[in-house]
Amino acid sequence: MMNKPRHIAVIGGGIAGMETASRLAQAGYKITLIEKERITGGHLTQWSHLFPDSSDPAIVVSRLSSALSHQNIKVITSTEITDISKNGQYFNLKSGSEMSLNADAIVVTSGFHLFDASRKEEYGYGLFDNVLTSADLELMMKNEKPIRTASGKKPRRIAIIHCVGSRDAKAGNTYCSKVCCITGIKQAIELNKRLPECEIFCFYMDLRLYGSSFDGLYLTAQQKHKVQFIRGRLSEAAEKPDKSLQIKAEDTLSGRPLRMDVDMIILLVGMEPGISHNNFSRNGSVQLDENGFLKCKDVHAARNLTTQTGIFMAGTCICPMSVSETLENARSAALEVINYFERKM
Amino acid sequence: MKKTAKIKWADFNKEIADDNYYYLRSCIRQNFFPGSEKAFLDILRHNLHKTIFDDASHTTCAGIGYHADIVTFETLQTIAARHFSLMNERGIPSAVVSCITSFGIYSEILATWEEFPEEKEKIRAYLKKATGREFEVPENVVHSCDIIYKFRNEIAAQMKSPLINQKTGKPLKIVDHIGCHYSKMFPERGVGGAEFPKVLTGMITAWGGETVDYPERRHCCGFGFRQYLVKSNRSYPMSNSKKKFESMAPYKPDAILANCPGCTMFFDRWQYTLGQIEGKTYGEDGNGIPVLTYEELAGLVLGYDPWKLGMQLHQVDVEPFLDKMGVQYNPDDKYKGLNGKYINQPDFSGCLKV
Repeated sequence: MMNKPRHIAVIGGGIAGMETASRLAQAGYKITLIEKERITGGHLTQWSHLFPDSSDPAIVVSRLSSALSHQNIKVITSTEITDISKNGQYFNLKSGSEMSLNADAIVVTSGFHLFDASRKEEYGYGLFDNVLTSADLELMMKNEKPIRTASGKKPRRIAIIHCVGSRDAKAGNTYCSKVCCITGIKQAIELNKRLPECEIFCFYMDLRLYGSSFDGLYLTAQQKHKVQFIRGRLSEAAEKPDKSLQIKAEDTLSGRPLRMDVDMIILLVGMEPGISHNNFSRNGSVQLDENGFLKCKDVHAARNLTTQTGIFMAGTCICPMSVSETLENARSAALEVINYFERKM
Repeated sequence: MKKTAKIKWADFNKEIADDNYYYLRSCIRQNFFPGSEKAFLDILRHNLHKTIFDDASHTTCAGIGYHADIVTFETLQTIAARHFSLMNERGIPSAVVSCITSFGIYSEILATWEEFPEEKEKIRAYLKKATGREFEVPENVVHSCDIIYKFRNEIAAQMKSPLINQKTGKPLKIVDHIGCHYSKMFPERGVGGAEFPKVLTGMITAWGGETVDYPERRHCCGFGFRQYLVKSNRSYPMSNSKKKFESMAPYKPDAILANCPGCTMFFDRWQYTLGQIEGKTYGEDGNGIPVLTYEELAGLVLGYDPWKLGMQLHQVDVEPFLDKMGVQYNPDDKYKGLNGKYINQPDFSGCLKV
């Protein structure tokens, strides 16, 4: 296939980076996978269940971790790439003054970070004890902690709030994070399984259930788990003297304002571009799109190609994606890299 | 909103000029709480040693007429432009607006001119035609509560009566209420944004008090001009105030602090009205919860005589609050005006005629 193995740097050790690295290693390329955290696996290491089948994300991470033991892959953790430059035919990647390496190509898989819910001050995250994010709830479930209010009581009523930090011009994000609707439904079902007596309300703008099995899950949530869906965006949450929460919203189907007391609020936080994108874009290595995600060369024909030849991308650094889409996208990126080198030969 | 969208509002502070202000007075404050504007000028000049120009030539902003659909937006803008022209004439770059309605009006006009520069040019022509004047936009337009907030620590340094209950030694509990037109329309023009504005709570905590966050904290007082101007609609504004009283009462606040003339007046007078209709009061001992302007609170903290601050014009008696603070006052002077002259007094004050 080629005279000497090409060296590819994969930036980001979440599931996109892991899948891309393993696919390229299997194809005979030398890979250096660089992860800024202590371990690989990304956000999935903090997650309890995956939609639509409620499967354990540890299974996905474990499969990908095993694949990383391939002899062609070197994994560097606790290292963040701060600079990329082109040096002749090589790319030079630096992490401060500590590390420097050359690569023939780069795949950026730097992922996303969760919207900081405290920016939506009106929802009270960080102010009120019983306002959690979807990520907090996942961690609670992952650690098999019982779902309780801050004072240790069983919640009798929980509100799940969709689109927190997504499709929200006020928060500076006009795009849809795509996975939150179905995550909310999945979490509502999980809550009902753990707290059968608890009333669960989902406040949504519209439900974007794009997956083939998502609508089925939506029906199951209503029919089997008695989850109630209210079309309306929360205007504010406020804490009462007993630490329960009063929420205000507009029920846009009945066209009336609504006030409700709940014991707990779950905010479905959206995805924002990974902060490290700025490191790559600062020197013009790659361009960002209007939402701050990495811009692709062609939205139809070259989704995994950045605006810089030789730098590829995969996963949620491109846009919000589900786990299965991220893995498919990573495999697609690996194929693009292989094609790139084959064309160069 | 584009420029501020990614801001964490809790950390947001707007730009407030340091000195040399042009004072834009309020029409309704001079009727409801006439001592407050005087106190503001006194505090600025005598306690903070700032320069502020109080101009007899400026007029109403016409905000009430505008919100009642009597005054057109063009007229409103031209009146504002004339005020800016008066400022230019004096060479003062920073405006301090006393009224929340006016502050909202100026904010709306400035935002309109930023968004639609052609509108500003149109108004330039109108002002020239009507008065022969020209104008430039001020460098800084703030509300007078912003100034007190900015210098809250300087006031704290001169404090004579902190917001501490002298009997219990505990901080006095004060609920804040922000006028809707202060930061709900343009969050970046208010200290701390729209959801948790810090402008009043900053004063309360700086002077030793404790703030209370209650569920209906951000709810409108009900003063909306379109509602209360029509007499038959007044139950609607009142029901909004009632909603707030019901929500704050369980926290047993010692006072309500507001920055809008309409809110301050409504909270004060509606407690009497609700007391008469329902026989219910929200404060202690049949009295309502005293409602203060921020100048009154600053004045009390600085040791000003409550009757010089105009607090005898309140419907809800302020004496219980003064006693808690340990403010020295002479009850016999309550209804004495200028030069100790008796100014007459109401049949009764408070909420319930016992």
